[in-house]
Amino acid sequence: MLRRVSRGTLLAATLTLLASTAIAQQQDNSAQAPAASAPAAAPAAEPTPAPAPAPIPVAAPAPAPPTTAAAAPPADKLLPGSPLFDRPANNDAASKLAPVPPPPVAVAADKLPIDKLKAAKGFKIEVYASGIADARSLAQNDDGSVIFVGNRVRDKVYAIVNKRGKREIKVVAQGLYRPNGVAFKNGTLYIAELYQIDKIDNVLANLDKGPQKPTVIIPGLPKDEAHGWKYLAIGPDNKLYFEVGQPGNNVLHDKDHGILHRANLDGSGLETIATGIRNTVGFDWNPRNHELYFTDNGRDWMSEDLPNDELNRITKLGEDFGEPYCHQGNIPDPTFGWGHDCKDYVPPIALMGPHAAALGMKFYTGSMFPARYRENIIVARHGSWNKTKKFGGDVVMVQINKDGSAGAIEPLVTGFLQPDNNYIGRAVDVMVMKDGSLLISDDWNGAVWRLSYDSAHTASR
Amino acid sequence: MRLIAVALTALCWAVLPAAAQSVAERLPACLACHGENGQSQNTGVPSLGAQQSYYVTIQLLMFRDHLRIADPMNDMAKGLSDDELTKFADIISKLPAPQPVAGPVDDARMARGRALVEENRCNFCHTATLVGQQNVPRIAGQREEYLVKALRGYKDNSRRGYDSSMADVVPPITDEEILDLAYYIARVKS
Repeated sequence: MLRRVSRGTLLAATLTLLASTAIAQQQDNSAQAPAASAPAAAPAAEPTPAPAPAPIPVAAPAPAPPTTAAAAPPADKLLPGSPLFDRPANNDAASKLAPVPPPPVAVAADKLPIDKLKAAKGFKIEVYASGIADARSLAQNDDGSVIFVGNRVRDKVYAIVNKRGKREIKVVAQGLYRPNGVAFKNGTLYIAELYQIDKIDNVLANLDKGPQKPTVIIPGLPKDEAHGWKYLAIGPDNKLYFEVGQPGNNVLHDKDHGILHRANLDGSGLETIATGIRNTVGFDWNPRNHELYFTDNGRDWMSEDLPNDELNRITKLGEDFGEPYCHQGNIPDPTFGWGHDCKDYVPPIALMGPHAAALGMKFYTGSMFPARYRENIIVARHGSWNKTKKFGGDVVMVQINKDGSAGAIEPLVTGFLQPDNNYIGRAVDVMVMKDGSLLISDDWNGAVWRLSYDSAHTASR
Repeated sequence: MRLIAVALTALCWAVLPAAAQSVAERLPACLACHGENGQSQNTGVPSLGAQQSYYVTIQLLMFRDHLRIADPMNDMAKGLSDDELTKFADIISKLPAPQPVAGPVDDARMARGRALVEENRCNFCHTATLVGQQNVPRIAGQREEYLVKALRGYKDNSRRGYDSSMADVVPPITDEEILDLAYYIARVKS
């Protein structure tokens, strides 16, 4: 298909070239850069740049109306010297980009697209639970019999209760404000709402009695909708960890944003432990040395292929990871990068792909998967929207070397993003179960998948 | 003029039905405020004609489940089933598109508004003609003061989107620019 090359495309291509060179020069990252940008299972078909129609948005969405040139005269005749000068005006491909929202209603169990998901050889994927609209972050109780699931666009926290071989889904709390983050410790469920952290003591004893009322333990966090939803985890130091993201796609902001916090389990002792973070929606600790690793999502609208999402490592308190001045360790921001040097910030240990939305991540600490997975990181990549040919939409393993650096990235579960450039599911968070299997939440289908490995049964589906 | 608008708004609120009625029973009340021909005559009440049905479904769901708080819509959507949300959305999407504001236009403001639409890439998601697509609403021909209210709401976090797309893009937009954007979008011919 022939398409006129706009100035914008050329700009993007130039940026890509520049950055490729930069990446190649940065030895640490050159090894995994190709893996990040071309996973083995990536679909090769011609992209259909229309936004993904939701599988069951209760209604079939109307087809996108044809985009025709706007009636007004070209921008360069309107405003000489305007910031639009080098911007693609009504670029056909770009005008078809739009964020892909999760369907508001969970997909029925018998309609889940399990046949389209592909697990790596020897692995099996199955439905663990369905009917949990907007299933986001995962947590579990001590014996793994109760799984907690948070919401981002809705208001509930759910529990999947395993009892006598049956699974029941219960609402643990409702009427919450973007309760994306969940964590569990010593009988207490911790919930991260958009602007506060809550807890429910003794949560397991009352699961049958209907929704419970959380107690706020950290009030008054920023209320920004952009990157305000939070991932929540409890570290080996027995403290709560959560982020306050940047209050926009790419903005200068105060010290209360773009940071990772930690606090005691009772909410006291709130402190900032890292800065320069745009939006992390996943972190975990290296079981070898307890260093904190986190994903961070790169900015939108810079170009189709840049910047990459990041996988970062904190080696000491107070490190600055560069946002919004420096992206992926080697690209100064075109607007805010002036006067800043990427060398002054901590670079990522791995590039997770452009607009990939690398979200939940866990070190694999189970014993079910083959030894080569052990103590490597498994990351859910929700998948892009700010990119014509979508990228991500999978669960991958990032190899972590003995020195804590990252090696290759390889696909573990693919198929959430189909060759026709549409999503049929989107992975949000991962969690290692007591038996060594892996749960994967999916906010598109409102489901939780289970990935297991059977060395005797090598058929992959 | 302002008094008349306030009176009209009060009048349309007076016909709000009790909750738990069917789609057919509730529809006249919807149209009493939002306009039977898809064009709202009431200050602060958006025109809904030719609105993207998927967008309408999501907004109704948000009203029903109190994910978006906006009087009187939370009461209006109370008790609707998912199927009923869809039916409303389908009916609303088939109403005629609202007409852009008529009369003489300030060419300089139109030019500024159009430039801002491109600078902030409104036309990427809302499409070049601003008629929207799927979850992204039609904004062309929307009431000017409603557009201002929506943009200010996204900017001060009082308007809650289904996702944070708008919250992501509004921070660099000044209030003066919001006024120009609304002026242009309310008048642009789609």
